[in-house]
Amino acid sequence: MSRTITIKQALNEAHMEEFERDPTIIIMGCDVGFRGNPFGLTKGLYEKFGAERVRDTPISEAAIVGTCLGAAATGLRPIAEILFSDWITIPMDQIVNQIAKIRYMFGGKINVPLVIRAPVGAGGGQAAQHSQSFEAWFSHVPGLQVVMPITPYDAKGLFKTAIRGNDPVLFFEHKRGYEITGEVPDEGVDYTVPFGEAVVRREGKDVTIVAVSIMAHKALLAAEALHQLGIDCEVIDPRTIYPFDYETVIKSVSKTHRLIVTHESNRRSGIGAEIVSQVVDMAFEELDEKPVIVAGLNVPMPFNRTLESMVIPSEEKIKQAVLQMMDRA
Amino acid sequence: MPISAISMDESLAKLEKFKKEVMQEMKAPPELSVEDQLEIYRKMALIREFDTNVKPLWKQNYIYGLAHSYQGAEAVAVGACAAIKKGDFITSTHRGHGHVIAMGGDVKKMMSELMGKADGYCKGKGGSMHIASVDDGMLGATGIVGSGMPIAVGAALSAQVLKKDYVTICFHGDGGTNQGVWHESLNLAAVWNLPVIFLCENNQWAISMPYDKAAKNPNIADRAIGYGIPGVTVDGFNPFAVYAAVRDAAVRARKGEGPTLIEARYYRYVGHFVADDERYRDTATNNPWAEGMDPVNRMGEYLVKSGTADEERVDAIYESAAKEVQNAIEHAKAAIEPAADTLYTDIYSPEFSARYGGE
Repeated sequence: MSRTITIKQALNEAHMEEFERDPTIIIMGCDVGFRGNPFGLTKGLYEKFGAERVRDTPISEAAIVGTCLGAAATGLRPIAEILFSDWITIPMDQIVNQIAKIRYMFGGKINVPLVIRAPVGAGGGQAAQHSQSFEAWFSHVPGLQVVMPITPYDAKGLFKTAIRGNDPVLFFEHKRGYEITGEVPDEGVDYTVPFGEAVVRREGKDVTIVAVSIMAHKALLAAEALHQLGIDCEVIDPRTIYPFDYETVIKSVSKTHRLIVTHESNRRSGIGAEIVSQVVDMAFEELDEKPVIVAGLNVPMPFNRTLESMVIPSEEKIKQAVLQMMDRA
Repeated sequence: MPISAISMDESLAKLEKFKKEVMQEMKAPPELSVEDQLEIYRKMALIREFDTNVKPLWKQNYIYGLAHSYQGAEAVAVGACAAIKKGDFITSTHRGHGHVIAMGGDVKKMMSELMGKADGYCKGKGGSMHIASVDDGMLGATGIVGSGMPIAVGAALSAQVLKKDYVTICFHGDGGTNQGVWHESLNLAAVWNLPVIFLCENNQWAISMPYDKAAKNPNIADRAIGYGIPGVTVDGFNPFAVYAAVRDAAVRARKGEGPTLIEARYYRYVGHFVADDERYRDTATNNPWAEGMDPVNRMGEYLVKSGTADEERVDAIYESAAKEVQNAIEHAKAAIEPAADTLYTDIYSPEFSARYGGE
């Protein structure tokens, strides 16, 4: 049995259920408690679990994240919420130099069961400081795990895996994806989604499209349009950026022999470059065409609607990339 | 001598001012038994001997990388940690050797770690700058100035949420007080009434930067007013003064009355780290402090003068500490190197690594 809910609802349920299950879970951040988060993600949490576990904080991201580390090291399972992922630059020392390294530096003596949740993504005229996605940065740092769900089922299941694990997880939700709907199991059915397992969202024989976060939806739309033109795309949603499921991607490329990677964050040194590099490394002989990356342009996100739409990769851009690869442009 | 960041006259004037305004008479609080006092001395001696040996070992290439001496600060860590209990936590700085010893850590494991050996505290992966004896409650040394602040706040938050009775001492330096996260952490701990003691080891130097050139107000404890918490300055060369301040702060913290800022003022009269040639100051300006304020000598002399122990016993304690360090050095020299296959262990939890591989 299943039902249809939004990603926002899925995340809210995930928090509610996990808070109920484990009294050592706490959450802290700006507006996370009384207001229930600007998107309503933590609505009801404060009322049900109280100010001790659901903590509104001053605007002090470095202290919020660092405090979560200290709490994680001493018996709690904290969630740090960063209101917009762009501001994750503020606690960067705590994340990169402390959280990612403490287990290793101290000889494996410290567990770091910690989730940092932050909305990523562009669109809606939020300009240069409220539109970014930094998955590539954190994927680069040994010791961190990076998760980017884009269906309600995955959001809920991956969140549960994140909060139950003993390692630090960057949990990036796309803010234009909160209203995306999808099926989840009935209330009360506990499930998790394992890290490092990609999902084939659409099967196809001609081109493999690895589509990160919101791009999975755009890739599916592009694939539908291309299907009308007789081109069959296979769309893979990796779900987690680290660990990354190369096995599923290679399996697909071995069938299609063509690879497109798409992500919303800008292209330069983006996660697409890493994915292509790994696939070339592991399965060069399977590729009939040069792999292509469809990503954001290398500019600070402009405010103006038209300029903004030029920067954000669209389904049309994916479609054009596929047509070009198939010599149909 | 090129330009010095401090002249001899300035150093002497600072010392005079310190003696007049900060220095406290050595006097053991009544609750400290003779054994307690001798234990304080033993740990101070152990730190002194440990860190006196580090530089030559580094020069001889037994110790690799960086190491920062706790010399001159012995009274701070030992005095502070004498005032807390088993089950309490501390966070450390990049100058962590003294903190490990003060928490009852094992000098063998620490020396092994400094030499990068497999049986070191961090399996040879942390070194001096990331020394940690977690099982003793010492949550690790950090190479980023000020970064331990919120970690201590988090440990205190666990105590509050899990209804536990422990306190956390957050050791940090004067350099750290000008980091943003220092202020954020004090504010957060204050507004949440967390059981944490912010203990600033004010050695008056951030590498080459004298504190009076880094901040308009030289009294770090004054900053507590801005966060609505008590702030106190104590003589950082005097273990009893540090002990008493931490004892009182711990009582407050355990009662749920929130954090305290303690500024233990001393003076770094040695180089910042093993390779510091102190080109920024005339090293002769260190001498008045080293000669006049040396906390280990001061404690030894106090024990004898106060009739707590005779000179022979005090000397024997020091000798025994020196021997313990020599044994640790021999042990560490003979200890084995980490195996290559440990390279990828402890990046992630064992269960994650088992499933996904270590990398």
